[in-house]
Amino acid sequence: MTGPQPATPAAHRGRVWKYGAHVDTDGIIPARHLTSFDPEALRRHCLEDLDPGFAAAVRPGDIVAALENFGCGSSREHAALALKAAGVHCIIAVSFARIFYRNAINIGLPVLECPVLAERAATGDFIGVDLAQGELWHNGELHQAEAYPGFMRELIAAGGLVPYLKRQLEGRR
Amino acid sequence: MGMNLAEAILARAAGLERVEPGEFVWAEVDVALANDVTGPMAIAEFERMGARRMFDPDRVVLVPDHFTPNKDLAAASQAKTLRQFALDQGIKHYYEIGRMGIEHALLPEEGLVGPGQLIVGADSHTCTYGALGAFATGVGSTDLAGAMATGRVWLKVPETDRYVYDGSLPRWVGAKDLILFTIGQIGTDGARYRAMEFAGAAVRALPMDGRQTVCNMAVEAGAKAGLIAPDAVTAAYLARRAQRDFPACSAETCARPAHVIRWDISALEPQVACPHSPANVVPVSQAGAVPIDQAVIGSCTNGRLDDLKVAAEVLSGRQVHPRVRLLIIPATQRVYLEAVRLGLVETFVAAGAAVSTPTCGPCLGAHMGVLAAGERAVATTNRNFVGRMGHPESEVYLAGPAVAAASAVLGRLAHPGEVAA
Repeated sequence: MTGPQPATPAAHRGRVWKYGAHVDTDGIIPARHLTSFDPEALRRHCLEDLDPGFAAAVRPGDIVAALENFGCGSSREHAALALKAAGVHCIIAVSFARIFYRNAINIGLPVLECPVLAERAATGDFIGVDLAQGELWHNGELHQAEAYPGFMRELIAAGGLVPYLKRQLEGRR
Repeated sequence: MGMNLAEAILARAAGLERVEPGEFVWAEVDVALANDVTGPMAIAEFERMGARRMFDPDRVVLVPDHFTPNKDLAAASQAKTLRQFALDQGIKHYYEIGRMGIEHALLPEEGLVGPGQLIVGADSHTCTYGALGAFATGVGSTDLAGAMATGRVWLKVPETDRYVYDGSLPRWVGAKDLILFTIGQIGTDGARYRAMEFAGAAVRALPMDGRQTVCNMAVEAGAKAGLIAPDAVTAAYLARRAQRDFPACSAETCARPAHVIRWDISALEPQVACPHSPANVVPVSQAGAVPIDQAVIGSCTNGRLDDLKVAAEVLSGRQVHPRVRLLIIPATQRVYLEAVRLGLVETFVAAGAAVSTPTCGPCLGAHMGVLAAGERAVATTNRNFVGRMGHPESEVYLAGPAVAAASAVLGRLAHPGEVAA
């Protein structure tokens, strides 16, 4: 449980919730709860059909780890929003489904592709995260997440698509 | 190397000579679409961006189809937000209950989508419009808000894989079987981040309804878009409907897809995707005599007129099994009216089916056919994840309309040949 401490003060240390491959958006937030997009309402039902204990037990700063194709299925941004509202610090997976990945980037929920760590991490483990460097510490080992392409780094630095476009729209007036 | 169709469309939309797979572009959208679930959230983000007016209200389409006719107070409130926004922004392509349809059946029918266009929709099945030769892709509400405010969207140019289907589809085997077979072969991430181009004699022979079924489920293989190059079938379909001119855009003759996957489907059987994945596919003869409680024929995948005709062929003069509820949901008002005129609705009601006004309802377990714990459905819809149609302990088998209708008659998964000639 006690890996080396993150090297930078900005880094974060979070407890892992581990899931398998093809976690779908119905499993993250079932359609019966899509009559609202209030983050607090979505948080209460986060992962309800996949892991009924998650919403009550998750703590701010926890980390979700999963295998291939995390977030497949519907385009509902409510899924990324529910995880963000639950206080999830970041999601580490072997790979992500594309709409979920976009949605997460757009709303400022960090999503990291790191196949080796995503396979190895288990529920209850701790992972140290330095988002700026994409560095992940687990059981004494350092893992490097896939780097974001340049354009996406701009979007992330702006805090997501809304602040990014807000600046553009203001510039236009 | 020459550009594939997806690349040619994105280059045009981005105002560039050419684009390469992997490149990020800002591209101008021809159509931006949202519904009563994703729309209200997009409207909130639109306002948070500080946007006041739409980039171009004529390019925005809003359709209340998921929780409508309003299933409860919360749904009514979301539908009201969508309606009010359409009114405030002067959006003419807003479709009210009684004049609407499930979005991905409605937009082609209305002539709003066509070849060469870039279409983004806050609904994953937006990829349906690739059937008409458009690059159409699902996005979230924030992306849609950005498209409404600026008319543009950021996209990574996907690689293209070409799926070639040789031969001709046997009796009782249709477009749904073709795409279920494909997803069964490549998996739910087999086309992740990629464009799937569907080609070959069997695809060319499909009418526009079937082509939409195929492209609709590209997202179930993880694809960014599914496309069929426009041909005479496309032109004939558009001639009767097109509300606008479509950009001239085609693949370059020297275009080379990353992969070419080829199947001869002349001996294909009707396919079934077993719980709980659209890739868990077997021929119906190998699925076993699984008893069912409900059958659903409809959705953006299989609620078009050709689908209802196939269902009526199986159900004509027969009765729905006493233990089964059969729900038939024409995808649009026009499909509904045509089904009435052709006597299909009479066949359905006489067989003991419930026929509903257009709605996405049961497909996502929203309303109009939610399953209880332990119940099992066969559905012509597109997803069978845990809890998709209701209780997390319910089950959904995905199939085409012929299998769904035959199963409704026999009370178990069945090959259409078991009940009809």
